[in-house]
Amino acid sequence: MQLLNQIMQFVISGLATGAIYALIGLSFAIIFNSTGIVNFAQGEFVMLGGVLAIFSMTALKLPIPVAILVAVTGTTVVGVVFERLAIRPLKNATPLALIIITIGASILIRGMVMLLWGKDTQVLPPFSGNMPLNFAGATLLPQHLWIFGVTLLVIAASRLFFHHTITGKAMRACSFNRRAANLVGISVGRMVLLSFAISSALGALAGVIIAPLTMTSYDVGIMLGLKGFCAAIMGGMGSGLGTVLGGLILGVLESLGAGLISSGYKDAIAFLVLLLILFIRPQGLFKKGETDRV
Amino acid sequence: MKAKGGTFVNKLITTALVSFALCCLSTAALAAAPIKIGALFAVTGPASFLGEPERNSAQMVVDEINKAGGVKGRKLQLIIYDTGGDATKAVQLANRLIKNDRVVAIIGPSTTGDTMAVIPVVERAQIPLIACAAGIKITEPVKKWVFKTAQNDTLAVARIYEQLKRERKNKVAILTVSDSFGSSGREQLKSQAARYGMQIVADDTYGPKDTDMTAQLTRIRGSRAQAVICWGTNPGPAVIARNAKQLGVTLPLYMSHGVSSKKFIDLAGDAAEGVRLPSGKVLVADLLSKSDKQKSALQAYIRDYQRHFKAEGDHFGGHAWDAVMLLKGAIERGGESPAAIRNQLEATRGFAGIGGVFNYSARDHAGLGRDAFVLVEVKKKSWTLVK
Repeated sequence: MQLLNQIMQFVISGLATGAIYALIGLSFAIIFNSTGIVNFAQGEFVMLGGVLAIFSMTALKLPIPVAILVAVTGTTVVGVVFERLAIRPLKNATPLALIIITIGASILIRGMVMLLWGKDTQVLPPFSGNMPLNFAGATLLPQHLWIFGVTLLVIAASRLFFHHTITGKAMRACSFNRRAANLVGISVGRMVLLSFAISSALGALAGVIIAPLTMTSYDVGIMLGLKGFCAAIMGGMGSGLGTVLGGLILGVLESLGAGLISSGYKDAIAFLVLLLILFIRPQGLFKKGETDRV
Repeated sequence: MKAKGGTFVNKLITTALVSFALCCLSTAALAAAPIKIGALFAVTGPASFLGEPERNSAQMVVDEINKAGGVKGRKLQLIIYDTGGDATKAVQLANRLIKNDRVVAIIGPSTTGDTMAVIPVVERAQIPLIACAAGIKITEPVKKWVFKTAQNDTLAVARIYEQLKRERKNKVAILTVSDSFGSSGREQLKSQAARYGMQIVADDTYGPKDTDMTAQLTRIRGSRAQAVICWGTNPGPAVIARNAKQLGVTLPLYMSHGVSSKKFIDLAGDAAEGVRLPSGKVLVADLLSKSDKQKSALQAYIRDYQRHFKAEGDHFGGHAWDAVMLLKGAIERGGESPAAIRNQLEATRGFAGIGGVFNYSARDHAGLGRDAFVLVEVKKKSWTLVK
């Protein structure tokens, strides 16, 4: 019974962490699909979300909802500026060059945040209290519910957007074939910009809702970004639901690994899974293999 | 042959005369020049929570000494370099301080890793080093030129175990961070357990960047532990305190001196209530009894730090404060040659600083006793002394 309770707790904790990975993974996939770039500055958007929210709450004394809005808008602006200044001018660069640029941008953003807001870890007050809730023998915090809720909402919204609106469909068209999309009159440049905007907003949102739980500082983006990247890889860098499942599986595996085997292997488990998937199923866990027509 | 020999002697005399004159000149010039002291702190990077207050404190106290007329009429000049917590860089910068800047002594580095890397350099150059890092291997075995001001982990562990023994608790769970600070603490916790009759019933670790430790705590909750000891630096321990509250873990939670600053209470919020930790006395300066030798130094330090940096001085900055004051004392008594400074440092007795009352000797270059630590408990978002 006790072991069962423990496992329940591991799973619940894992799902909560996994939901965060899923959100970040989704924002990776959105940019990848419209540009073919793996944006390694994604983790910094998550960090920016948290840091900006805390800044607008403590220094500007804004109420939480406004602070969240400021954080998400601010990060979106950073994402858009980043695309305009660093991605767009290089029209014919190879994806590899672009990926390296994103790594450069991540170092720049991290450094600037460190200079502006210092190196201290900071914390956002929880949205709705700190009373632990009991659920099937395990405990979780109200903030976990926020994370689950926001993740669900984002999945639903992105499904709606990408499958049922003209703009969303246009963005997907770009991901299938940029040239053809261009030929039918879709402004690919605009779609790329939009993908950066959406993705940075999503990252920021993830950063804000986890800040009360995990705290934040200028350097939290690296690890979160990598874990989100793992989630996206598990989901095959595309299918919305695949990435979400990838994130949840990753979170639960980590938590079970830390709880049942040894906490020393926690990160090793995540990256082992990543490597295995890259070796065995590079198209992701839930995608059918792609066939190239010769 | 004779003529040649004569010129040789002449040359020798001239050289001797010139170098003597130069010597006189340079001593004359030196008398006016400031005494150069080097400092290596990890002002940026992961250990910046140590390096920044250390840099601030060192600069603050040197400025104050100079304002008051310097040491024996000579000003001190502090040359500070940032190691970024990188051992390779620390070695390069130590060489630069010794060879280019020609300092008479070095304060720092901030971390045990940096310090261990720098030790061979200062030993070879015969320049005294006063480290601000805590690792026990820095001064054990004793190295001729190396001293330190940060309290040994051993003392902190001993303080916690003593308290547990007094409360007749002997089964502990330990949860340590997987970096050099945590593994050093883990080693000490394990090696001293037998001496205090402690039994470690759960031994878990977490990563320095981990954001959720419920898995480890769930396992600890299921063990027979009577207390949890967590060894890490912010933000990990704050996450652990919060996770423990979420899981409803009612065991007493002990932390290390690595989180002994207000920051921990800020981060952990309500979950910090009841957490206990060994700390330098700087946290509870006002609560100390009047007979405490350190009280006046502590209060002066806190007041000055507040005035200069609008922040609370912590015991990390205190390590640098102690180092500068120890150096000042040594130079006052023995002069400014590195060898004299070293000898005078070793002869320092009863210096009441921030970290404790220092008594260096030929066999002890750490200089602190168990009384350097007090056990504090968080009550109503503030520190109180555990009696």
